[in-house]
This record gives sequence, structure tokens and C-alpha cells, in this order.
Amino acid sequence: MLTFVLKRIAYAAPVALGVSLVCFLLVHLAPGDPLSAILPVDATAEMQAQMRAAYGLDKPLPVQYGLWLWKVLQGDLGTSIATGRPVLSEVGRAVSNSLILASVATLIGFTFGTFFGFVAGYAQDSWLDRAASAIAVFGVSVPHYWLGIVLVIIFSATLGWLPPTGAGPQGSGNWWPDAEHLRYLVLPAITMSVIPMGVISRTVRALVGDILHQDFVQALRAKGLSEFGVFKHVVKNAAPTAIAIMGLQLGYLLGGSILIETVFAWPGTGFLLNAAIFQRDLPLLQGTILVLAMFFVTLNLLVDVVQTALDPRIQRA
Amino acid sequence: MSITHRSLSVAAALGLCLAGPAAAQGVLRIGMTASDIPLTTGQADNGGEGMRFTGYTAYDALINWDLSRSDRASELTPGLATTWKADPNDTKKWIFTLREGVTFHDGSPFNADAVVWNFDKLLKNDAPQFDPRQSAQGRIRIPSVASYRAVDPMTIEITTKTPDATLPFQIAWILMSSPANWEKQGRSWDAVAKAPSGTGPWKIAAFVPRERAELVPNTAYWDKGRVPKLDKLVLVPLPEANARVAALRSGQVDWIEAPAPDALPSLKSAGFKLVTNLYPHNWTWHLSRTETSPWNDIRIRKAANLAVDREGLKEFLGGLAVPAEGFMTPGHPWFGTPTFKVKYDPEAAKALLKEAGYGPQKPVSTKILISASGSGQMQPLPMNEFVQQSLAEVGIKVDFEVVEWNTLINIWRAGAKSDMARGATGMNYSYLIQDPFTAFIRHAQCNLAAPNGTNWGYYCDPAMDKLFDEIRSTFDPEAQKTVLRKVHEKFVDDALFLMVTHDVNPRAMSPKVKGFVQAQSWFQNFSSITMDK
Repeated sequence: MLTFVLKRIAYAAPVALGVSLVCFLLVHLAPGDPLSAILPVDATAEMQAQMRAAYGLDKPLPVQYGLWLWKVLQGDLGTSIATGRPVLSEVGRAVSNSLILASVATLIGFTFGTFFGFVAGYAQDSWLDRAASAIAVFGVSVPHYWLGIVLVIIFSATLGWLPPTGAGPQGSGNWWPDAEHLRYLVLPAITMSVIPMGVISRTVRALVGDILHQDFVQALRAKGLSEFGVFKHVVKNAAPTAIAIMGLQLGYLLGGSILIETVFAWPGTGFLLNAAIFQRDLPLLQGTILVLAMFFVTLNLLVDVVQTALDPRIQRA
Repeated sequence: MSITHRSLSVAAALGLCLAGPAAAQGVLRIGMTASDIPLTTGQADNGGEGMRFTGYTAYDALINWDLSRSDRASELTPGLATTWKADPNDTKKWIFTLREGVTFHDGSPFNADAVVWNFDKLLKNDAPQFDPRQSAQGRIRIPSVASYRAVDPMTIEITTKTPDATLPFQIAWILMSSPANWEKQGRSWDAVAKAPSGTGPWKIAAFVPRERAELVPNTAYWDKGRVPKLDKLVLVPLPEANARVAALRSGQVDWIEAPAPDALPSLKSAGFKLVTNLYPHNWTWHLSRTETSPWNDIRIRKAANLAVDREGLKEFLGGLAVPAEGFMTPGHPWFGTPTFKVKYDPEAAKALLKEAGYGPQKPVSTKILISASGSGQMQPLPMNEFVQQSLAEVGIKVDFEVVEWNTLINIWRAGAKSDMARGATGMNYSYLIQDPFTAFIRHAQCNLAAPNGTNWGYYCDPAMDKLFDEIRSTFDPEAQKTVLRKVHEKFVDDALFLMVTHDVNPRAMSPKVKGFVQAQSWFQNFSSITMDK
């Protein structure tokens, strides 16, 4: 097992390097001048050149990439051009806010998704299946930013029950899971949970339906195992695939959602990315993307390890 | 529908148990369009909005803008300097007498050394307090300043590169930060950003990047008439227009900048106030005067100006526009009396085009650069299509090349002759037209064509340059206004731009907000505001 884990970590290193290169190149391919965020529109060519040199943007791209990577390896993601603040602190604050939102959305999405998936899988082709599947299809297909706007119109603008924007009465500083802060979480978390709920529900339904038709289930039942005992076997067999899907969904959620976080002005990574894109803040953009990509790499690694622990056949393969 | 009902039930239950208290009295919460709190160290970023909210609130310039009236264009007024004048024997030398008894928020005194220190902060690259971020915002605003020195503790001498009577307008951009606070914060501008100190009517008391800033009154402010009446002013960045509207409607903020235009009827019907006023903004087509441009013919320029149905455009914008009558806003002190009347007269336009050799069978064909969005651009796509239609009706066929706003800015800097301009002979651009330089000089002075400046169209007329020289050499403010009127008259009479409309700076607010006077300026005074219970 240890060898397997070490091998997976070794595989992750070139992936991380590739990710860093791709995210660096992608942000530089985008049109626009990063200095426009800090220079007045009528800044002279001389001033633009001075600022370009000050931020190292006058150097060839490979040199810029090398310098950036060297700093990244030392734990320095650079300084935001637009704000002058260290990217690491900007991303750190945003990630912690996205984690709060993603945790709640995960709890809602995974719980309801698994529940609806099992209900539909066990009651295939019944009205329960159709109802659960309809909810899943709705979750997968509804544009979540639209749902967010609708929820805001109903619960904030019309009824005035819940705040439509922000992370707390005083912002996200000193965030604590008390009632006053949780109010700010309700609408974005529900909006964010809809897609993973739909995806997981459909996956679990298919898995459960497939497993229930396998010979070993019939054998278990023939041996007189209780239905709960059979259920435990179904869960164990469905778990590796479901966990892989959940891992991906968790990655998406942890990465924040540009649309949802912008609609709700939730100060997470999606909100940060939106600001960085509009301001052409290249250091912030590439730092944020890199951190999010590393989340995916780490999560995939963790999922691989957990899957292997649950199903040793994967290790042998 | 099933999901909506389910969500409704869940949120209803949560809402009932989690509904929060109402906002405290005397606190005004503003939803800004910026995606971050503008720079708080003195020279704010984020353009006019930045200077409005974290610039002129917490800081003063030597010369301020008078923001107390809504019925006339804002004018310069004494700030941290009580008087200023050019030396009659050497008009390059200006003497500023500083205001006695002013202290920064940290209690340190404001004096001539502080002024020199602040100029060094922007202009002296090797000064310990030099701040590239503030310099990027401030240096461009004071192009005439050659040197400065403290004559005595309360007197400053500023020397300009050439005689320049527009210096007071330039100085009004430069805000004074506290040297003592910079020392106290470990000589770190990042630390100063979290604990800033100016001399302005508001103190920045709390600051969460990208989320909120809290300003409290500076009760020791030197201008007692501008000591804020509110307990607190809270700034919240809400870049998404619909999120701002939702925040206002739900009572999370009391005031939003630039509400989404399609939300205005519902906001009004829900009892919110919509406040608008003229301000020095101009939505125009900047015309190229390069060799092959059709706009070199004054008859075509005038025809285009006579072809646009500006009242129709205003109606199309729900009334949120002021039809252009010239380059400056109607009634502006620099408007003067141009002989060419900017109005809707398609027959006169057709006659001019015919005289120039064009007509329905032989339309003027040209390409204009436009953006899909952008700061101050209002609703550029439908507005430009409206103008395009108006021009087509008289025989001017316009093709658009739509570029991203940031790209448009870069093309604007690069000039009409640049390859970046893609052969276009004009661009739709929104201008701040607040002082002689931003209103006139930067667009039309011969030696400011790219790459030396932002005379995008390469317009060059020695007679106009002579007028600009006259502006710079007329040190009596009233006489200077007379010259500025002549400049504006020439701008209009020569139809240098396609003058279309002016924005009205709309902001929506709760009926609880009282006492706000919307100045005809990019900046505003928040000191007079109170909140009703």
C-alpha cells in the first residue's frame, strides 16, 4: 500500500508541473493588459513602460514563467497587481471562505444525492424512481446562477428573510458558525448543492440498480441474509465509483463557482477569480488557478488511495 | 416548480428562525460597483469611484472640489491650502499658503513638510516613502510639476515646467497622507492600507479586503460644515449589478451605485429613490483625423452630429441621459455660445452630405470601434446601434468592430494610426471632462498624439494649440473661463467629435437616506447625509 501511495505521489509531481505551465500560459494568452487595473487610462507610454518593468512584465515569457515557478516552489505566489497584497494571503482567505461554502453545499448535495440515488435505485421504474430522477435531472440541468437569482428574488428581495450577498454582517472576518453567519450561507449553499446532488443521485441510482441485478446479490438473498445485510453489501460495492464521483464534485465545489459566488458576492475563490479576470490581475489569476488545480491533484490522489483501500483490486490493476 | 416549492419551504423555515435585526440608525451602507475596496493609502485607484469613496472621504487635497451644490458644475475650493497664486514675476512659481491647525487622523500636524513628503511619495522614485501604486495614480495628474519646496512651515512653493495656469486643477487630484502614520506603520504602505490616516472628514476605521470598509466621522475635521452627521459609512464592493439591486431591495445596503437599468421601474415602484444629476461625463465618438479618414471633412462631421436623434436615444435609455448640445454638459460654465447647434436635423445633415459629394447612392462608409461594456460606457451596444441607425438614415454607413473594453483602452492609448486600430476611423469612448486637461487638452493638443499622449485621432490645429497656450497662461480664473469657453466653442463649431449624450450618474437609495446633494461631479460629499428611522 505504501509503495502504491508513493507511486501515486510521484505521478502527481509532473502533473502539478504541467498544471503550473498550462495555467501560466492560459492567463497570458488572454487579451488585455494587466497594468490597466492600476494605471489611469491616460497614463503615458513612459509610465506604462516603467510599471511594466517594475512588475517584470517586460521580460520574455519563459523567463517570467521560470521566475514565477521558482517563487512558487518557495511558497511565494507573488503580489497582486491590482491590490498590491500577497497573492497567497488573498487566495488563502478566499479558499477558507470557499471551503465553508463548499462544506455546507457538500453536506446538502451529497446527503440528498445519495438518498435520492438509493431510493431511485431500489425502486427502479416506480413513481418514486421517476420523482427522484426528475429531481436529479433538474439538479444537473438547471443553470445554477439562474436558480441563485430566483432564490434571491424570493427569499431576499421579496420576503426579506435571508441576506442576498456577503459572508456575514461584518464580512468574512472572524467567521463563526453562529446563526448570524449561517443566514448568509443558506442561499448560496443550496444553490451550489444542486448540481452535485443531481450528479450523485444519477450515479448512485445507476450503480445501485446494476448491483442489485448481479448474481452475488441473489446469492446473498438466497442464503437468507436480511435486506439490511444486503444493503450493506450494495453500499460497499457502490462506494468506490460513488466516491470517485464525489471526489470530483468536491473538487468542483472547493474550487468555488465564479457564477454563484459572484451572484451572492461570496468572497471565495470564484469571486476572486472573477475580479482577477476583469482586472487582468495575472499574478492573482495564475496563483488562484494553481491553488485550485493543486486541490484537484491532491483530491484525485486521496480518492485513489481511498478507492484502493476500499477495493484492493484497483491496486493490483 | 417542485424545486421552487421545496426550496421555499426550507428557506421559509430557516428564515423564520434566523431573521436578523434591522440596521442601526445613522449607518449608511453603500454598494459600490468596484470589485474591491479602492486603495486606502491616499491616492485611490478604481478611477472616479475610488476617489469618491476612499479618496476625498478620508483625505484632502491642497485644493478641493466644492461638492455642496447640485445646481451648478462643481468648482475648485480651498482645501488644505487657503490661498494659492502664481508669482507675477515668474509665473512658473506658485505659492500655496497652508491651512493652520489641521491635523491628520493620527494626531500629527499637517504642514509644508508633509506636503513635500507627499509629492515625494508620488514623484521621487528614490524616496523611502515612494509608493509605485499611488504614483501610478497620482503622477499622471500633475504633469506640470517640476519641483516643490517648503518655504516655511505653512507655505509651499511649486514650480512648473512651463507657465501653467491649470496647475490648481492638477493639484486637486493629489491627496495628502500622514507621514507620521507611515512611520508608525513600520514604513509599510501595506500596513498603512489597513490603518490609513488622512485629514479628511471621514476616518477609515475598519477594512476587510474585497468585502467592506467602515468609515467613521472625523469630529475634529477642520471644516465644521463638513463634519459627517452619520455614525458610520460602510462601503461594500458589489460588482454584479443584479446583486447590488438585490442587496438594496433586501435592506442589506441603503444605497447602490449604477443600478441595473432594467431594475429601475421596479425599484421606483418599491419606493426606492433614484437620484441623478449631470456630471462631467461625455459619451462620444472620438473621430480619427488621419489622412484617409472621412471625418477630415467638416461637412461630414457636422452631418453626423445633425443626424443623431438624441431625444429618441434618451427615451430609449429610460430618460437616464442628457442629450449632448456640445462637448461639455449643457449649462456648464465653459460651454460658451457655439454657433453650430448640435441638434437633430436629418434634412440639414443630408444637405451637408450632398454638398460633400455623398448621398443615398454613395454613402460615407466607415468603421467604428466599440466595446460591449466598460466603465462609463453606459449601454454601448444598443446605444451604438441606435446611432448607427440614425447615421444610416442620412447616408453614413457605419460598420462596427466590437472589442473588449480593456482592448479598446489600449487602442485608445496607441492612437488611430496604430495597427491596433484595425483601420477604424473612430471609436466610441466615455470621457471624464472635469478639468481643462481631461476635458480638452489631452484630446486635441498637437504634441499629445500617440505615443506622447491620448490625442487618439491625431487632430492638430495650431489655432487650437494657441488657445491651449492661452488657457495655461491666463492666471485669473474668470479670464481663464473665458478662454475655456472659446475652446469649447471651437470644439463644437468644428464638430471635432460626434457629440451624443451625457450620463446622469444614477444611484438608487432607500427613502431613509436624507440630505444627499448630488454634486455635478465624479466625487460626492457624504457629510450632509442622515438616515431616517
